[in-house]
Amino acid sequence: MKERRVFITGVGAVSPLGMSVDEMWEGLVAGKCGIDRIKAFDPVGFTCKLAGEVGEFKIRNFVPKSHRKATKLMCRDIELSILAAKEAVENSGLVTKAIDPENVTVDPSRMAITFGAGVICCDLEEISPSVAKSIKDGKFDLGKWGTDGLESLTPLWLLKYLPNMLACHVGIIHDIRGPSNSLTCGEASGHLAIAEATEVIARGSADAAIAGGSDAKVNAIMMLRQCLVGRATVDRNDDADGACRPFDADASGSVFGEGSGMLVLEEAEFAKKRGANILAEIVGVGESNNLNAKYESLEAGGVGTQIAIETALEDAGIEAKELDLVIPHGTGIAGDDASEAEAIANALGDAVDSVAVWPTKGMLSNTGAAGGALDVVAAVMAMKTGKIGPGKNCDNKADGCKLNIVNEPVEKDVRYALCCSYTFGGQTAAVVIKKCES
Amino acid sequence: MSERVVITGMGIVCPMGHSVEGVWEGLLTGKNGMAKTTIFDASTFPTTFSAEVKNYDITKFTSKPELHEHCSRGSSFAVGAAVQACKQAGIDIETDSPGDGIERRRMGVYLGAGEGSVDNVNFFGAMVNGWDDEKNEMDWGKWAEVGFGKMDGMCELEQEPTMTGGHIAMLCGARGVSRSCLTACAASTQAIGEATMLIRNGKADVMVAGGSHSMIHPLGVSGFNRLTALSTRNDSPETASRPFSASRDGFVLGEGGAIVILESLSSAKKRGVEILAEVIGFGSSSDAFRVTDMHEEARGAVSAMKSALEDAGVGVEDIDYISTHGTSTSENDSIETLAIKTVFGEHAKSTPVSSPKSMFGHLIGATGCAELITCVLAIRDNVLPPTANMIDRDPELDLDYVPNEPRKAEVHTAMSESFGFGGQNNVLIITEKKA
Repeated sequence: MKERRVFITGVGAVSPLGMSVDEMWEGLVAGKCGIDRIKAFDPVGFTCKLAGEVGEFKIRNFVPKSHRKATKLMCRDIELSILAAKEAVENSGLVTKAIDPENVTVDPSRMAITFGAGVICCDLEEISPSVAKSIKDGKFDLGKWGTDGLESLTPLWLLKYLPNMLACHVGIIHDIRGPSNSLTCGEASGHLAIAEATEVIARGSADAAIAGGSDAKVNAIMMLRQCLVGRATVDRNDDADGACRPFDADASGSVFGEGSGMLVLEEAEFAKKRGANILAEIVGVGESNNLNAKYESLEAGGVGTQIAIETALEDAGIEAKELDLVIPHGTGIAGDDASEAEAIANALGDAVDSVAVWPTKGMLSNTGAAGGALDVVAAVMAMKTGKIGPGKNCDNKADGCKLNIVNEPVEKDVRYALCCSYTFGGQTAAVVIKKCES
Repeated sequence: MSERVVITGMGIVCPMGHSVEGVWEGLLTGKNGMAKTTIFDASTFPTTFSAEVKNYDITKFTSKPELHEHCSRGSSFAVGAAVQACKQAGIDIETDSPGDGIERRRMGVYLGAGEGSVDNVNFFGAMVNGWDDEKNEMDWGKWAEVGFGKMDGMCELEQEPTMTGGHIAMLCGARGVSRSCLTACAASTQAIGEATMLIRNGKADVMVAGGSHSMIHPLGVSGFNRLTALSTRNDSPETASRPFSASRDGFVLGEGGAIVILESLSSAKKRGVEILAEVIGFGSSSDAFRVTDMHEEARGAVSAMKSALEDAGVGVEDIDYISTHGTSTSENDSIETLAIKTVFGEHAKSTPVSSPKSMFGHLIGATGCAELITCVLAIRDNVLPPTANMIDRDPELDLDYVPNEPRKAEVHTAMSESFGFGGQNNVLIITEKKA
């Protein structure tokens, strides 16, 4: 029972496949791969030398004049968020302060912002000079750091790396004064942020929202972390195109990357009144937990993922067989993929043979907190274009995987799509969207 | 139909103790948690003291410490606080067959959980090894020698803030809504507010909500020191946190975990557990002003307070006590006072407000929940925790700050405020249990 319905009226994406939704979509339907050898730092000595990186840009060119000074306070996660949010707002036709301060079409206090954010590791190169000043007898000396090292850090250094700063900068740029939240649930963050923004609108706390997720995982610490816990593939460094193989028999790990996916959400009446172009409706969300003492991986059978999917379908009031598309988390980590495949198969029941499943990470890489949001953008585009792209690199389905994974691009009317995700730590999420028939 | 939401359990691990009653007694008897920093050698830092959690032993709380072996300091505090809260609420933990009458799919977790500290020795060790002084650049191969040779994968992953919620879910077997947020100093208040909304709107029956954080580590203290946000009153840590005093010079960095059990009234009644208070209002807003400063007219704070009052359906005259954000920074305490005056009008001066941060420090992500717990206790015992260290009055700040001594007062309804860097404003209103 939803009193206030929530529509998607704008999409934005910055991804390893390009700087816009259209570039990402062209890449996805063509089965292009955004993964390559890491450029952000020299990955010599790293067991995985691959990542999905976004191209170069100058953020100064994408912010209003009044916010240019603040670009000094931006880590890459913030920059990516600003780009994708800009595209989403422009795509929606909603007029915020950043678009035209004289003709704003939404009350700032009735607009919310909910982002999924990764934990942001400080830029190691940025603090290197401070560390260099703190060396005594060839070793790091905390006493010297407390005086010389610390003093040479830029005064507002900490503010660059707080996860809520993504939403804060975007909120300032667009003048968003309603609820602002930053969900830090690893790779489930994007979907959870979309779920929460939907609730914020549905319960009447806002009429519109920017919701999505961003993550810039291509730094030495984040990459090291995923390598050390065995989630990154280490044996395909010479084959970037075939490195990330969700649900494939030869899958050997994930490839991590960066990106930002953003949606503009609006309450139905609000959107209709202003004549918005309605792309889709968010009709169901579901969440749960994987319970696993091995926090870095999914529990056998993926019970938490299954519950999230079942809850989302129930919330949407539809049967599994009504789904036309599932975009799974599908990381390319064999054990996790097996558990997720089982969870999806159980949730779909008899419909498992007919519902198309389209993993995207073979092309986009695993963009952490951005992944779920990029997948929802992809699902919206599938509805809009009537196409589903190929599940790249799933050449031979892994043993026991019952999913109907699409290997070739197909033309298909997508009415209902479900996207799901999970993260190390255990949180799971699923979002169901519905095509809006005009 | 909207469900009413009540608090049925509370737990805390903070610089003033590891139990709700112990911390409360300390707050009412003039204790505080500040001392020279011992977690690392901060003797050359601009600030050499903090409010640390002392003598904490997770094995006193959990029978399965192996499940939390690699977890961050913050996560370990969250576990201790959650165990206390679950026990008070009659929630069975660490079992596959709970008999507490709560369906696990209807039980969720919502935390304002902070990130963990980096592995300092190896983090800096890798940078020193990799740093090429001649070329003035990083040799990543040499960095990776230490990174891959010495760092531990799970200890690294446990630094991610989402892990805390994972530990709490494992503890109580929660299979419902699971989120964590990190909106700086407002995080656990926001987590409790959003969790309340989830129960109200039928998405869950029970939510384990609150927060945990520890930023008492070299990079954390460095960051706050560079922002000049921390007090540097190194010669007097016990009096350093002096919210609303003229001589306030910054907050005292604390750490901890605080958890409340939120439950639908119908679930609490069905289970026959004691109701500690009812959460009746939540307001959330953003300043959309600057990442560095609060809005000078307290725009966002005012809006969040008004939304919370409206949501609760009460007027300012119904608020008997405000637990302030009261950090002891020049900016916050002035602007927060302005916000209270703006919203409360003629009632501002007759509404007592205080700041427990004067005693337990600023617990960052955990602070909002810790302070909400003090509001529940103020209602229970009809006593207001004081603002300690009110040494010199700031002539601009003229509210009733409950200076220095706790005070007997009838408290039916209380407001708890949290404001975070970047302009995050979150306000909760709770009221006594009705017969």
